[in-house]
Amino acid sequence: MKLSLSFLKRYLKTNWTPTELADKMTAIGLEVEEIIDRAAALDGIIIGEIVSKEKHPNADKLNVLSVFDGTKNIQIVCGAPNCYVGMKSALALPGTLIPQYGEKLEKGLIRGIESRGMMCSERELNLGNDHTGILDIKTDLPAGTPVARALNADVLFDVNVTPNRGDCYGVAGIARDLAAAGAGELMLPDATPVAGAFISPVTVTTTDSACPLFTGRLIRGVKNGPSPEWMQNLLVSVGLRPISALVDVTNFLNIALCRPLHVFDAGKLTGNLTVRSAKDGETLVALDDKTYTLSAGMTVVADESGPQSIAGVMGGTNTGCTPETTDVFLESAWFDPIRIAQTARTLNIESDSKARFERGVDPLSTRDGLEIATRLILDICGGTPSKVVTAGQLPDTKRTITFDFNLVERLCGFAIPKERMIDILTRLGFTVDGSCIDVPSWRQNDVREGADLVEEIVRINGLDDMPEHPLRPDQLGVAMLPPAARREAALRRSLAARGLNQVITWSFMDSKKAALFGSKGIVLTNPIASDLDEMRPSLLPNLLSAVARNQDHGTRDVPLFEVGPVFTAPTPGAQQTFAAAVRAGNWNDRHFLQPARTVDVFDIKADLMDALAAVEAPQNAQITGGGAPAWYHPGRSGTVALGKNVLAWFGEIHPALLKTFGIKTPVVAFELNLNALPPARNKAKAQKALKMSDLMPLTRDFAFVMDESVTAGKVISAIRAVNKDLITDVSVFDVYTGDKLPAGKKQLAVQVTLWPRDKTLTDQEIEVISTQIINLVAKNTGAALRA
Amino acid sequence: MEQEILSLRQELIAAIEGADTVAALETVRVSALGKNGRITALMKTLGALTPQERKTAGQALNTFKTDIAAFLDEKKATLETRELNARLHAESVDVTLPIRPQNTPGRIHPVTQVTEEMLTIFAQMGFDVAEGPDIEDDYHNFEALNIPASHPARQMQATFFLKDQPDKMLRTQTSGVQIRTMENKKPPIKIVAPGRTYRRDYDMTHTPMFHQIEGLVIDKKTTLAHLKGTLIEFMKLFFETNDVALRFRPSYFPFTEPSFEADVGCSRENGEFKIKSGAGWCELLGCGMVHPNVLRTCGLDPDEYQGFAFGCGIDRFAMLKYGIPDLRSFFDADMRWIRHYGFLPTDVPTLINGLSQTAGAKR
Repeated sequence: MKLSLSFLKRYLKTNWTPTELADKMTAIGLEVEEIIDRAAALDGIIIGEIVSKEKHPNADKLNVLSVFDGTKNIQIVCGAPNCYVGMKSALALPGTLIPQYGEKLEKGLIRGIESRGMMCSERELNLGNDHTGILDIKTDLPAGTPVARALNADVLFDVNVTPNRGDCYGVAGIARDLAAAGAGELMLPDATPVAGAFISPVTVTTTDSACPLFTGRLIRGVKNGPSPEWMQNLLVSVGLRPISALVDVTNFLNIALCRPLHVFDAGKLTGNLTVRSAKDGETLVALDDKTYTLSAGMTVVADESGPQSIAGVMGGTNTGCTPETTDVFLESAWFDPIRIAQTARTLNIESDSKARFERGVDPLSTRDGLEIATRLILDICGGTPSKVVTAGQLPDTKRTITFDFNLVERLCGFAIPKERMIDILTRLGFTVDGSCIDVPSWRQNDVREGADLVEEIVRINGLDDMPEHPLRPDQLGVAMLPPAARREAALRRSLAARGLNQVITWSFMDSKKAALFGSKGIVLTNPIASDLDEMRPSLLPNLLSAVARNQDHGTRDVPLFEVGPVFTAPTPGAQQTFAAAVRAGNWNDRHFLQPARTVDVFDIKADLMDALAAVEAPQNAQITGGGAPAWYHPGRSGTVALGKNVLAWFGEIHPALLKTFGIKTPVVAFELNLNALPPARNKAKAQKALKMSDLMPLTRDFAFVMDESVTAGKVISAIRAVNKDLITDVSVFDVYTGDKLPAGKKQLAVQVTLWPRDKTLTDQEIEVISTQIINLVAKNTGAALRA
Repeated sequence: MEQEILSLRQELIAAIEGADTVAALETVRVSALGKNGRITALMKTLGALTPQERKTAGQALNTFKTDIAAFLDEKKATLETRELNARLHAESVDVTLPIRPQNTPGRIHPVTQVTEEMLTIFAQMGFDVAEGPDIEDDYHNFEALNIPASHPARQMQATFFLKDQPDKMLRTQTSGVQIRTMENKKPPIKIVAPGRTYRRDYDMTHTPMFHQIEGLVIDKKTTLAHLKGTLIEFMKLFFETNDVALRFRPSYFPFTEPSFEADVGCSRENGEFKIKSGAGWCELLGCGMVHPNVLRTCGLDPDEYQGFAFGCGIDRFAMLKYGIPDLRSFFDADMRWIRHYGFLPTDVPTLINGLSQTAGAKR
């Protein structure tokens, strides 16, 4: 809501400065987002009158002007095409700040002629966008007068009115709040009924429940010229264009009192008025000159020839008032906010009237507004008013709250004297009778119970006296993070320690790409962009897009991870927390100690193993080759599972998919489903006692020959199974396939570490274990010790 | 014998001095003390002497043998040192060559870091952490929060809706967690709920996805003054200053009554944001006392229970505290950005170290 100081002062008698008023508005909940002091911005700029104009001797398009500044004539070089002798315009003398440029003007030499000032355009003064010529000020004020005065430059407040305060979409509503807060005295216009001289020939009925009350009256013999200067100035001060007296009165009261009105040219009406639901397909040319096709469920004010206005939203051109209007029908009605909002949204119309009705207009202002408007029209346009015609009646919305004044202290933690509370409520228009508080008609929407009254009292009283009470924990030593969140935190830092960089990407993604990652079809109706239209079924696509973006600007090696939700169904809670990591590009570049190599599946497997350790995944989780979804390389990927419960996939990303993303380096990735893990433990368990032994470990090497299809994992677990206590490590130090072996065979060279705890192993015991290893590996995998 | 020893001594000393490698010295040792060495041979002649002679000669011979052994050891040590020095000299490398490629630590995202900082503070005050779903139903996102279907506040928050699911949307605020918490737990309730939230906006300070943290305290005695105390304490710990001024500006949220925006005193000099009193105000968060309708919806009697709620943007706090200019960059996953604004994995926020973690050496 934009509000000028002059407009405010029509309803608030105050000697406060604009800054004081703005601070108070903000303090009571009417946040002033900006104070625009147009007069201050024009400081130093005065009216200059052109007394002579000659062509610049050295330039075709320039003139040399002599401009009177109120005391003397000044020589100015000016390029404006619209200047003429006798014109009054905005004159800036050297040293004056030019608003648009934010710089002080200096004397200049233009094509050899000295220019001792500047005539300004609208744009140069930040008053508008016009820069086709200098400002042409039509005024009787003499040269030398500050331009601010001539232009009625005013202070403008941009107030952020919250949606519960429909009443403050009227200047008087803001004035009432300010007066209650001690900033002055509220002055409201006279709303006593104007006596009607005759019975209106136009009658009204309402058949639409969205219009419980419709009132109006005919005024005969009006003269619809321009509205008076004071009204035009106020309208201009809030950015409205004066049109004609009748229209200006309605616009003025809309802004001033938050009372939307409409004026019909009664001479153009056919018969009586009915407020009814529109018929499907009815059309209306509205005052914005657009034709609207109406439908049932929209409310219209119709005469016997059809709709003449979209009720509460915008009138029609057919029956609009013109300078020729002599008989006017003035409408003041109350429309249902929801109906107005829906209609305007469907038709895509914005109007000042709609903006107010949808936020809730004071129902009692229907009758008052009609009388105030009648009085203004009679004052400005003359004429004779009819008696008021009325259709319908307002539902009884009177509300009385039984209020315990102690609630203020109970909720806020500090006391305000009761007299002060009563005074505040009374100033705001509430009626206080003991503990019974009557809510004024303009606050019916907003103030419904005790807590609402508490807000009214404390916002006007101010909160400067409020103490600060710290909150202390009720119990100590209880971990605050839920176990699952703690597990995630540990996981993030573990992955970062491995060199992966944490990113946060959108929860949504491109549905075309989602289709490649097991789309669950959770699509947004109104995405912010067409490529952010589906809830992600996997973290990988957004990470791969990030890899591509990074590589596009020259970062080839991209190690990233994200921990966040993936979505499985369009219902609350149907989401799982995943951790996913990608590594793209090289593990290392060429180096004199080691050759360059690209990332490979064992890099990401290492990341995944670390991740599994960080989230305390069960030790018996099995890693198997294959089983990963289609976006992985079928031969270079694997699955981690607890039985049938898949915890994670890892591997190289399928090269065909990389092409889709425009990635030219290999990428390896893992996805770990944190929801698939057993629930996180809450408390640390005490560790088992450490058993240390002075005995030394010993190692034995084995070389097994087996079918190529046998996995190393199987061999290793067979070896470990022989003696879980004694065998502390199994490492593979060579994998060989080639012409020294039969076709289809490979050889795995394994080092097994035995670490006895109780007594040194005898040669014989070692021999027994070796034999057991060879036998079990043979049994489980068909491998034989190399001959 | 004496004469023999003297001449052999001179001969051996000359040989020891003349040896210039450990190997040559070993040859000398063998020739003197070895099984067939000359001193060994002399020892063997002792048996043929008379006991008196043997005693004298034996003593002399032993002294001689000990001396020679000592000379040999000394010379050996010298030679070994020399040889080691020579070897070390030959082994030297250019230590200015670069190290092997290392796995340099990755970074933690500022939103995660700041969330952990916030939770650290709230944990100290005794708050629990609660979480809620990103996809919400109309009831939890709007209706139970006192925002009925026709409410203008629905238009205040540009909501993402799900196709063919008229009742489902992406949550526009973490406030739904309030409802879910009160549905499942009787007061006293003291939670904070961080999480992703979604609104249909995109510019320097608005992204379609952002992070909020919501606080909720419900019991029989918690007041607005507790809210003020909580927020001031939070600001002091979070921004690590005691010069915190807080102002409550009346505002409007459907789910609180009375409602306020809390502003914090701050200055912006040369583009640097600083929390301090008396210089200006910065909008911080929305808060208020939980609306009686919200309590009723959750089965709590507002005449008995009361409490406060607040909600604020985590990303915004990260921007203010760590001077990150553009919100959109938070979600770009740009390596240059995350390596510049991110935190080391060792930068775990704690109250004993102070929460700010910009001091750690970055690699």
